[in-house]
Amino acid sequence: MTERTMNITLHVWRQDNPGKPGKFERYEATDISEHSSFLEMLDLVNEGLIKDGKDPFSYDHDCREGVCGMCGMVINGIPHGPQAATTTCQLHMRKFKNGDELWLEPWRAAGFPVIKDLVVDRDAFDRIIQAGGYITSRTGSAPDANGIAIDKKTADAAFDAAACIGCGACVAACPNASAMLFVSAKITHLGLLPQGQPERKDRARKMVAQADAEGFGGCTNHRECEAACPKEIKFANIARLNRDFIGAMIKAPDDVPKPQPVR
Amino acid sequence: MQQSLRLTDTSIGKKVAMAASGVILFGFAAGHLLGNLQVFKGAEAFNSYAEWLHAHPQVVYPTRILVLFSLGMHVWSAWTLWSRNSDARPTPYKKKQDLATNYAAQTMYATGPLFLAFVLFHLAHLTVSPEYGFMGLTEESPFANLVSGFQHWWIVAIYAVGVLCLGVHLRHGLWSMFQTIGASHPKYDRYRAWIANLFAFLITVGFLSIPAGVMANIVTL
Repeated sequence: MTERTMNITLHVWRQDNPGKPGKFERYEATDISEHSSFLEMLDLVNEGLIKDGKDPFSYDHDCREGVCGMCGMVINGIPHGPQAATTTCQLHMRKFKNGDELWLEPWRAAGFPVIKDLVVDRDAFDRIIQAGGYITSRTGSAPDANGIAIDKKTADAAFDAAACIGCGACVAACPNASAMLFVSAKITHLGLLPQGQPERKDRARKMVAQADAEGFGGCTNHRECEAACPKEIKFANIARLNRDFIGAMIKAPDDVPKPQPVR
Repeated sequence: MQQSLRLTDTSIGKKVAMAASGVILFGFAAGHLLGNLQVFKGAEAFNSYAEWLHAHPQVVYPTRILVLFSLGMHVWSAWTLWSRNSDARPTPYKKKQDLATNYAAQTMYATGPLFLAFVLFHLAHLTVSPEYGFMGLTEESPFANLVSGFQHWWIVAIYAVGVLCLGVHLRHGLWSMFQTIGASHPKYDRYRAWIANLFAFLITVGFLSIPAGVMANIVTL
């Protein structure tokens, strides 16, 4: 079978640091194999730039297997590109046509300042997890695998939510740059399991307060996050988050501190 | 000293205020519609309904206060959420494709203020004008005011635009309300949009039926 090749025009967002304004620069990717991955195509373009003595553009990537959550850019207006439920690294050039013109932009959110070009700082997500997205458990020897019985449906639902890789595509897709899908994935993951119950009320309050303090917007129920999520995290999780949060604000006996805005 | 987190400090808390006040405003709109549909029963029934309202300030004034308070809360939460949300993306996308949203969700910040502007016009037209005798309106017969008002094409046009704004606003707002208060269950989620669309449709058609009735000479002096 003959291999199809294509020429692609790229408009890549170039920005030196968070403080400086950025702009698009145009590059040509020529003779790209349809079998190459999207990131391999970018690597080829960057190799050409290096050979010409120019500054290659930066983008995030790590495992290239779709599980680590490092990669991600907005490709022609869709986070992670046109293929549903797929990270940028798992996207292949066979999804594109010869002559396509692609606009590559970083996740755009106040909570995710641009470090360089297509790379954004996602420490905000780490701080949201640190605020309450964990269970405080004794770290002794591993418990027996079936020590705590959990029915299959609940385990599956918790696992679906735990599949969130924290890439930030939900924030990128949201018209309000809201992080609620990310927060709700962790709330659902831990809230469905018995181990997550003791800290459930604190978790909802602390994670929401931190997400707000990071400068992410509020959810206005457009469902763009769910459509863009490479791990198909469900929008219904946000309703669970709201339920946990409202319940905790009304019923929890103690207060939690109000975090200071991060920026 | 470190402050404690309050519900209204948070984005979700503001959305709860939006949902709660929205439900009250929706309830008022539904009650207002049911009352005013009596226009189809004729001048006597409609005017006696209006008289009953005038004779019962203990009903009218608490309702007005509740509606005004809810409106204030709705506008406050909309304003604070809008300013938070617009700050959350300082640099806009050059390209942005919408995958899931719809026209109703995208126009909430337009249909809301437009509908509020219509309400002010509506109050000026049918509540304030009769007191001062503008446009030949009198306090004698609210029925006559309504029928003569809808003889003017431009009043019908403003009214129709206002009602359509409300309908579109409710379509997203009612559905959103379920999600915001956490009313979600895999078994019943598909009914949420259905219920929201049904009520938005009933409110829109209900209110539009009144000028339509006047124009079709079903409601006449």
